[in-house]
Amino acid sequence: MRVVLAEDLFLLRDGLVRLLEAYGFEIAAAVESGPELTRALAELEPDVAVVDVRLPPTHTDEGLQCALRARRERPGLPVLVLSQHVEQLYARELLADGSGGVGYLLKDRVFDADQFVDAVRRVAAGGTAMDPQVIQQLLSRRSAEDRPLGNLTPREREVLELMAQGRSNAAIAAQLVVTERAIAKHTSNIFGKLGLEVSDDDNRRVLAVLAYLDHDH
Amino acid sequence: MNTETNSGRARARTREVLLAAVQGLALAVAVLPFSVLFLVLTLVSVALIPIGVGLVTTPPILTAVRALADKRRELAAEWCGVRIPSVYRPVPAGANPWTRTFAMLHDPQVRRDLLWLPVDMTAGFVTALLPAVLLFYPFEGFAVAAGLWRVLAKDETYWYGFVPVTDQPSALGAAATAAVLLVAAYRLTPRLLTAHFTLTRAVLGADQGELAERVRVLTETRRDAVDTSAAELRRIERDLHDGAQARLVAMGMDLGTIEMLLDKDPAQAKKLLSQARRSSAEALEELRDLVRGIHPPVLAERGLGDAVRALALRLPLPSEVSVELSGRAEAPVESAAYFAVSEVLTNAVKHSGADRLWVDLHQAGDLLRITVTDNGRGGAVIGAGSGLAGVERRLGTFDGVLAVSSPAGGPTLVTMEIPCVLS
Repeated sequence: MRVVLAEDLFLLRDGLVRLLEAYGFEIAAAVESGPELTRALAELEPDVAVVDVRLPPTHTDEGLQCALRARRERPGLPVLVLSQHVEQLYARELLADGSGGVGYLLKDRVFDADQFVDAVRRVAAGGTAMDPQVIQQLLSRRSAEDRPLGNLTPREREVLELMAQGRSNAAIAAQLVVTERAIAKHTSNIFGKLGLEVSDDDNRRVLAVLAYLDHDH
Repeated sequence: MNTETNSGRARARTREVLLAAVQGLALAVAVLPFSVLFLVLTLVSVALIPIGVGLVTTPPILTAVRALADKRRELAAEWCGVRIPSVYRPVPAGANPWTRTFAMLHDPQVRRDLLWLPVDMTAGFVTALLPAVLLFYPFEGFAVAAGLWRVLAKDETYWYGFVPVTDQPSALGAAATAAVLLVAAYRLTPRLLTAHFTLTRAVLGADQGELAERVRVLTETRRDAVDTSAAELRRIERDLHDGAQARLVAMGMDLGTIEMLLDKDPAQAKKLLSQARRSSAEALEELRDLVRGIHPPVLAERGLGDAVRALALRLPLPSEVSVELSGRAEAPVESAAYFAVSEVLTNAVKHSGADRLWVDLHQAGDLLRITVTDNGRGGAVIGAGSGLAGVERRLGTFDGVLAVSSPAGGPTLVTMEIPCVLS
């Protein structure tokens, strides 16, 4: 799997390259600025891009803007955005086109190499990887006034949280140490209570949940 | 000894009186034509603005008027110690004649200069001449008494002041009046010249009260700004010291122990490793919060509008944010505005009991206007120790103002205005 990596801090870039190579990824390019990233994305056609939000030369959200632009030109181009801070605002922009293949994680998530690599693979496969903090922010904003969410059991809430992060039933089952069947049951209960249409497609399911959590009443 | 000092003092006084009279006379005679000339030139030049000629002639004439006024300021300080403050606005360099002319005509100091011209050629002229008249007129009275009356009052009554002079006794009366006048001159002349400059200051000088008020406000807001930033630095230092720094120390210690345990007790080492990783994650979390408190990353990356949007998304209440800004304000203004909005929103969430919030940011001329509305119970005040008082202080540094309308029963409307230029 070919990866284009954009990170301006040498130590982090170097660490990410080593980590991804250790897990069998091929680093097509490791760049350190916005213009270089744009060029690499256009010329190298990677399977997935791992991009830092803040990049030179502007040191604003250049990485995010490059990624969004590249996705407009090549819809569904898998992009995993990394940042020192997560904002719902940015998550919303990444999810806006509804085509999946999007990840948005805190840089700290790299500490857990297995989970991070899992997120990269998921995004590359057209799935979603949202940072737990984004999901928590969405949930805490919602639950105060949202009746359907209040009706969920604590376990269902837990499952919803993991589901919104983009995890598959199998992954959720492994994390909560229960069977996949139990998770499937929880999932259909959650969808029933929130009034969402059940879908077998993992990706569509995640996007539906995120859309539900993010839409304004 | 005593007499010597007295006579010395009298001599000095006499010199002072004479000097004041001569200075006043010179001022009245030399300066009057200039005042008249400049007033006429200015009026003509301004009248010619509609046909374009005035645009070219007005700026140099106003500059000349300014030079004349500056000369008078100089004399006031030198002769009588009267300081006349002047606050001309800088004229934009390389501006076109139109902008230049109107920038100058809009300057309150230039307007005061122009008002001063007619005052100076009338009241100013009289007050300048008065010391000389008061000093020299008595000598005519003495001359009349000494025999001049024979010439002056030959055919009809000669009036010396209010004394009709017809013969020697009445001429002596004139001399007596002259003596009184001379005493008055001796006492008053320097003060009369000072009166001339005081009059000049009243017309020409910038409004002292306004300036004093401005200085008071600046002193206060500067003190607030210094206090606030010192307190902020102390808080940051404490947070780093007790938070991230302490966690890194703990992590270092854990790593040392792990190194030692690696061969002896791998299971324990593994446990410590995961603890070290947790410490690093917590340190990062703390640093993130700290950074958000110093300068929120979204603000740096996106500017005020999106930063407030991101802020609103973090609130536990639904909110609507509308932004109409054509550019970005200067970084310090953006930051002050952001933290002000943040504080007002926090206040609303904590105290208002509202279930919905509205934030509106837009540009109104040279002002950045921000309104935060909630549908809560109202009753918010800018009181001592309240969050809103802190916001007012924060904005004060940038000449910003805060207004709160919060009737009991709500809604609460907080308006903030900060002068700023967007780029």
